[in-house]
Amino acid sequence: MTSAMLCFRHGLAILVGAVLLCGLVSSQALAVGAIDGGVKQPVNTEAIVMFLAFVALTLGITKWAASRTKSTSDFYAAGGGITGFQNGLAIAGDYMSAASFLGVSALIYKSGFDGLIYSVGFLVGWPLVLCLIAERLRNLGKYTFADVVAFRLEQRPIRILSAAGTLTVVAVYLIAQMVGAGKLIELLFGLDYLYAVILVGVLMIVYVAFGGMVATTWVQIIKACLLLGGATFMALAVLMHFQFSPEAMFKAATEIHPGGQSIMGPGKLVSDPVSAVSLGLALMFGTAGLPHILMRFFTVKDAKAARKSVLFATGFIGYFYILTFIIGFGAITLLMNDPAYFTVAADGGFDKIEGLRGGNNMAAIHLSKAVGGSFFLGFISAVAFATILAVVAGLTLAGATAISHDLYANVFARGTTTESDEVRLSKISAVVIGLIAVLLGYVFEEQNVAFMVGLAFAVAASCNFPVLLMSMLWPGMTTRGAVIGGWLGLISAIAMMVLGPAVWVKTFGYMDAIFPYEHPALFSMTLAFLGVWLGSKFDQSARGNAERAAFAAQFVRSETGIGAEGSAAH
Amino acid sequence: MAALDEARLEAIRRDPDFVRLTTARSRFAWLMALSMMAIYFGFILLIAFDKDLLATRFGDGVMTLGIPIGLGVILSAFVLTGIYVARANSTYDALSERIKAKAGVQ
Repeated sequence: MTSAMLCFRHGLAILVGAVLLCGLVSSQALAVGAIDGGVKQPVNTEAIVMFLAFVALTLGITKWAASRTKSTSDFYAAGGGITGFQNGLAIAGDYMSAASFLGVSALIYKSGFDGLIYSVGFLVGWPLVLCLIAERLRNLGKYTFADVVAFRLEQRPIRILSAAGTLTVVAVYLIAQMVGAGKLIELLFGLDYLYAVILVGVLMIVYVAFGGMVATTWVQIIKACLLLGGATFMALAVLMHFQFSPEAMFKAATEIHPGGQSIMGPGKLVSDPVSAVSLGLALMFGTAGLPHILMRFFTVKDAKAARKSVLFATGFIGYFYILTFIIGFGAITLLMNDPAYFTVAADGGFDKIEGLRGGNNMAAIHLSKAVGGSFFLGFISAVAFATILAVVAGLTLAGATAISHDLYANVFARGTTTESDEVRLSKISAVVIGLIAVLLGYVFEEQNVAFMVGLAFAVAASCNFPVLLMSMLWPGMTTRGAVIGGWLGLISAIAMMVLGPAVWVKTFGYMDAIFPYEHPALFSMTLAFLGVWLGSKFDQSARGNAERAAFAAQFVRSETGIGAEGSAAH
Repeated sequence: MAALDEARLEAIRRDPDFVRLTTARSRFAWLMALSMMAIYFGFILLIAFDKDLLATRFGDGVMTLGIPIGLGVILSAFVLTGIYVARANSTYDALSERIKAKAGVQ
């Protein structure tokens, strides 16, 4: 045990060195670029300094967390010692990814009102998480949502299913974040795409492998505060520009934006009702099936704290989406008339929508410069990077836990492992997931990954969510039903996505999509629930009957918390 | 604390407070959850079937109905969580404590 600790210390020192070296290399590369004067992006020393400060702070926290992370409970659930308020911030940190900060504000920049459809969809899942899931999850589970599903069902098939659901969500979400991170860092810091992706991978491995849930949680909390602070400043600056009159801001936006008044109402984003409802279902119920989010509920001491976490998280996330709305409109009004932010053609003309330097996703970043100069640009750039780092760390931890706790401890070793074995395997898994993420990030560099976050939500809504919800609420559910429904949801969601317009046409280049809709959730969720229901109904096995009978005991624990993990300590 | 034995489990299940807690909480939780779904899918269906309504201007500026409605949906999510937490803190926790006290846990 001590030698293992020592070994980790050494490893930490080496990795910290490597990261600092990377940082140095990056600033050198930038310096060289500046001397050449050939790169588009000017050197932003502030951004680099602030980013290095963030890295140094979070590595310090990781070191502190590593000294406190000994048991599986420490590693997976921060020992249950996070308060409801802290967890609310950490959940918000996990949820406010770069996709929602840069992506949603870019969508609003591009088409106004349509961006609001996503903001709303990302938020409305939270009341459902609160009312139907959070407290029961905390009362029944230990480290993962699979603990809850497997509470009265057979361990192996359920753990395999849940791990497959978790790892699929983690993988596609990670690819989306890695590619986004690489592009962003390449643009902001002038670092090569490959090095950028490696830097992200190394840092997230360090956070997770050494600091476990304690470090990951605090990285989330710091990042959430920075992001909320930065976004608040930007939104206030925009509103101040219009003397705090939203009407003046909207009026200016409609005058500047090529879309005119049309940006004030729904546009092309949602074309047919089936796609609209399907997207809505994925966003709403996907939230309740994201493994890295569900895992956060085990870091608090009891169901009451879990409930409180959701209230704070909903408040922070809702507030954040209102800010991105203002930021998006602010970007329209303050950027679109200034050629400095655009790739300008020889005749002096530029495309106000697609011509933004670095692409649409840079709308919020450019706006930070417009309202706060290069110092604030540096701050927001560093925050955007911190955001990506924190989210990938959370995802990596969820993936590593699925491998060590669900697959290894409960499927392969069948409960014969020791805690230190499990923690060690989890750390190794984190390293492997990190390496795979770097590899995938590299492979997918030139791919269109915009659909990946949508796929993550679709899988979460079609596999994890139905199985979890039914296991807690429906006494009739059996292992057979869960397995049939869960796999049906998982496979159908992926298949429909691949055969649909987003992948079949845009990535593979075929003329027509085999599955006509962009979003599969309406169909894959229906299949999953039907599979759970029919599979359980027709299950007349002795095991099935025993599982139905075991619901009574599970119900008492899920409703009262009697016997819940960690309750004895308080 | 250890898992409950059969007899104590049965006692809790028959406890009128337990029945009251679980039925009342379940009903209220579903009311909140279904309200959220109704609000959200109402918004989505409005986008799908009646884009013009959301694009209708009001007042004498460029403001459309869609903006306050969209922001209202965001606000409603927070309000609904607030209502549920308030109810849980004031009513359900007390019931839950009573059940546990009677069952001899805690």
